[in-house]
Amino acid sequence: MLNVGKIEEGFVLDHIEAGKSLSLYHHLQLDKLDCTVAIIKNARSNKMGKKDILKVECDINMLDLDILAFIDHNITVNVIKDGEIVDKRELILPREIKNVIHCKNPRCITSIEQELPHIFFLADEEKEIYRCKYCEEKYDSKK
Amino acid sequence: MRHLMNPLDFSVEELDTLFELAMDIEKNPEKYADRCAGKKIATCFYEASTRTRLSFEAAMINLGGSVIGFSDANSSSASKGESVSDTIRVISCFADICAMRHPKEGAAMVAASRSSIPVINAGDGGHQHPTQTLTDLLTIRSLKGRLNHFTIGLCGDLKFGRTVHSLINALSRYEDIHFIFISPEELRVPDYIIEMLKEKNIPYEEVIKLEDTIAQLDLLYMTRVQRERFFNEEDYVRLKDFYILDKKKMKAAKEDMLVLHPLPRVNEISVEVDDDPRAVYFKQVQYGMYVRMALILTLLELV
Ligand SMILES: [Zn+2]
Repeated sequence: MLNVGKIEEGFVLDHIEAGKSLSLYHHLQLDKLDCTVAIIKNARSNKMGKKDILKVECDINMLDLDILAFIDHNITVNVIKDGEIVDKRELILPREIKNVIHCKNPRCITSIEQELPHIFFLADEEKEIYRCKYCEEKYDSKK
Repeated sequence: MRHLMNPLDFSVEELDTLFELAMDIEKNPEKYADRCAGKKIATCFYEASTRTRLSFEAAMINLGGSVIGFSDANSSSASKGESVSDTIRVISCFADICAMRHPKEGAAMVAASRSSIPVINAGDGGHQHPTQTLTDLLTIRSLKGRLNHFTIGLCGDLKFGRTVHSLINALSRYEDIHFIFISPEELRVPDYIIEMLKEKNIPYEEVIKLEDTIAQLDLLYMTRVQRERFFNEEDYVRLKDFYILDKKKMKAAKEDMLVLHPLPRVNEISVEVDDDPRAVYFKQVQYGMYVRMALILTLLELV
């Protein structure tokens, strides 16, 4: 496999669905952080065939794991300290997410009152359904 | 402090207490005539709904309280672009409780989250209208003496009718309710309701013609086919007269079947049915006021 240098402190996000790493990069707002990021696309994987990997060198408290869980909770999160994997974090679907996704319902109060935070709550854990806190419209990522 | 956003905000037990109170108000109105003396309700209506607004106002006046408010967005600061959050903070300084109607879904919830007084959702777009559901439940409970063990037919626009969805959800918490959905193919109950009924193992049927099923009903809930729900006039004209309740259809119904309707009616119930003792839609309006009285007392903790 392509070799990208080891990181001292940060995260290795493994088992990202192939092709999704760049959108993850933006969702995690890594473009706004002044840190080293390696994006590995289409790495070979026994489990998935192809996968993406993100290596982020940063303070380990910097990353919002809730957002990560919302986007894809099958991602493996390896926490790196002093160049070693010290922890593997399991991602749990957050109960509530704020200002990550926006309600697209044109009848929703958030459509006319722009200053309102966009809040979604986990309505069905099994089916991974999030609903807008205000209008209860289901979030559909395909829309 | 409590608000009312959704008819399911109250548990079945809490609703029982509320309905008992409403029925006592009906029997002994004088006992409650000045319970709310010195209290004010603000009716903040960003869209006109005269019936609902008057019901809240009459409820408060019957309790000895008074009323302030506005009856459409043009006469309020909303027309100047004020947010719901700011409006409710201002209203909180003047009134003790607020009933809010707004065309956007979730507006009342935004108000409740910033309010220092109880907020009642008096309708937020096509989302929720909890006091209508409480009205329907109280009407059934008072006139049937129970909220369980019956077959209810819901007829008309079952697709867009928020009132109907809300009532089905609310009734699904009671025992042995059999639903019969009577609607044209185009206006059937949405899938999520059907899924909910299946999950809870609640029996339901979907039929096209009112005549075929009216004889087995204990309750018939009629709804209006709203013009604004249609994209073109042709569809509206074709469907609106599909289900008209008249004397002839009523002949086939049980002696003690009740006909409910959230009003206003257009022509889905022929006026010749109005004198039938089974037609209780005007009584329903009265129960709407009693349940709002009980609700105001409950939320103001004056019980
Ligand atoms: Zn929404």
